[in-house]
Amino acid sequence: MTKDWPLWEVFIRGQYGLSHRHVGSLHAPDAEMAMLNARDVYTRRNEGMSIWVVPSADISASAPSRKGPMFDPSNDKTYRHPTFFDIPDEVGSM
Amino acid sequence: MYEFLLRMGDNTLVLGHRVSEWCGHSPVLEEDIALANISLDLIGQTRLWLGLAGEVEGQGRDADALAYRRDAWDFRNLLIVERPNRDYGHTLMRQFLFDLWHHERLADICLSEDDRVLGIAAKCVKEASYHLERSTDLIVRLGGGTAESHSRMQTAVEALWPYVGEMFTDDALDIEMDKAGIAPLPSNQRPRFDEALNITLSRASLTRPAGDFAQKGGRSGVHTEDLGHMLATMQFLPRAYPDARW
Amino acid sequence: MYAQTVQSTGRKVKSLEEMSDQERAFQARIDAGEKIEPKDWMPDGYRKTLVRQISQHAHSEVVGQLPEGNWITRAPTLERKAILLAKVQDEAGHGLYLYSAAETLGVSRADLIDDLLAGRAKYSSIFNYPTLNWADMGAVGWLVDGAAIINQVALQRTSYGPYSRAMVRICKEESFHARQGFDIMMKMVAGTAAQKAMAQDALNRLWWPALMMFGPPDKDSVHSAQSMAWKIKVMTNDEGRQKFVDQTIPQIEYLGLDVPDKAARKNPKTGHYSFVDPDWDEFFAVLKGYGPCNADRMLARNKAHDDGAWFREGLLAYAEKQTIAAE
Repeated sequence: MTKDWPLWEVFIRGQYGLSHRHVGSLHAPDAEMAMLNARDVYTRRNEGMSIWVVPSADISASAPSRKGPMFDPSNDKTYRHPTFFDIPDEVGSM
Repeated sequence: MYEFLLRMGDNTLVLGHRVSEWCGHSPVLEEDIALANISLDLIGQTRLWLGLAGEVEGQGRDADALAYRRDAWDFRNLLIVERPNRDYGHTLMRQFLFDLWHHERLADICLSEDDRVLGIAAKCVKEASYHLERSTDLIVRLGGGTAESHSRMQTAVEALWPYVGEMFTDDALDIEMDKAGIAPLPSNQRPRFDEALNITLSRASLTRPAGDFAQKGGRSGVHTEDLGHMLATMQFLPRAYPDARW
Repeated sequence: MYAQTVQSTGRKVKSLEEMSDQERAFQARIDAGEKIEPKDWMPDGYRKTLVRQISQHAHSEVVGQLPEGNWITRAPTLERKAILLAKVQDEAGHGLYLYSAAETLGVSRADLIDDLLAGRAKYSSIFNYPTLNWADMGAVGWLVDGAAIINQVALQRTSYGPYSRAMVRICKEESFHARQGFDIMMKMVAGTAAQKAMAQDALNRLWWPALMMFGPPDKDSVHSAQSMAWKIKVMTNDEGRQKFVDQTIPQIEYLGLDVPDKAARKNPKTGHYSFVDPDWDEFFAVLKGYGPCNADRMLARNKAHDDGAWFREGLLAYAEKQTIAAE
């Protein structure tokens, strides 16, 4: 009978100032080992400058059935995007 | 200087090889990956140390020639690194004791007056620092884990204890290296090693073995029986096909 | 491929009329190229087929460490040792990514591994062949990873999001695997007569098992249709095999080695090579456990797992004690 170590989600911030990004998951007995394992598993090719590890069980995710109410309302707010506005070329960059 | 570089490079060569023997056979995938990283670091360090050794020797031998074409009596590594893997606890304890010594040793060599030596040590010390962090974490956890993991780690530290003393013995070469400003005496490290060791063993609820008997000989070419077998495997291809280029 | 004979549910594809509303909506999303995500509704058959396929793929990566691991301690230079070790390490990593993808479907890695170790789960037939000389390290990278990448590149488009993302990461990392293999082959054929003989020997032994990696011929592959409709499988066995032969034969000629299939010919009109099928009886025998290395591979995996049990339990016990102490 085999029992897994807990599952962790791994987030890594790369070199160019972008936000932490989810890269995958792994098993580890505790947070400290999860951090070391994440370093060994997910930064083998110089991908990382900072690591977050989070117990998978602690992540709250949006429900797929709520996709419509959650995300459709932002579809028609095109005025939030810069290309919504026509600015004459003479004005220069903005 | 050549002999000193062999001592550094042969340690990482032999231990890197031992660790690579685990590849695909470790207790869990995450460990397979972590072990491979350690082995890759050690192989990389070997290429630097033995590469410089070949240069200093000036006989046209490169790192591969030194790694694959010398016989056991020409190897200058500590005995502890050639000890067989046995169980995973033994492997980890060997790694921890080596890392603890290696990290301090490299930190000392970072004060070298020789730029080439200093350059290599400065690169390696960062890797050694990570290795030590990882092996310390595992020793503490396994010592304080189940009754079985505790007993395996205690057995391992006792089995390896006679190979610790050799790390800190000064011989004529060490004194020469110290005088030349290339590397401080190994004995300088002992108090720092003991302090850190005691802290970790106590966190791991492990007992420091009694006695200070030390097996010696590796650094002057008198090895255990295990090294010859390891070299027979490692050196097989270059020895069997001396004209081949790979 | 790494999942050669995944049983899908049923022999035929459900027509739109036979589907429930939910199933029809699901199929419409797949047809529209949408990715299915872990918490989305999915047909039971889709979930089961995916678990089987992804876990077979993961097992293949894990068992696949062994044939190459066989030569790590005998690699002839420090650089070759480092390259080979890094490559086998990637395979462990890929196994890990794939188990993680399977775990999003509600199974545990521990259960999947128990299935493998008890002989209930399959892995690719290729890893039941031995690696007998150093050129095998070249031939495995070149042929086996070369064959695998054909399938894996296609699988980046698979419909299940976590599987597709794992494939993207794997393909990115794998790109050096086939190249390092070919690099070894180039060194071997440019070397001594003994080295060239090793290269030919490795090619002769691994050619047919490499063709088998794509699975049985489409005409005998009864499980593919539903998987294709679900975009769990995105290329047929025969398509992949033809692509592999077409890309590999010119590479064999470049190396100056003999093509093991003496009858292979290029059709000037289509640009495709004709080729002789591998021995399918042998293929099915290997899958049943009668390959040259099946028993050894299972023994090695079981030993690693059993010998490591105290380690896994020790760390878990420590973590649990810490949690209790903190409460």
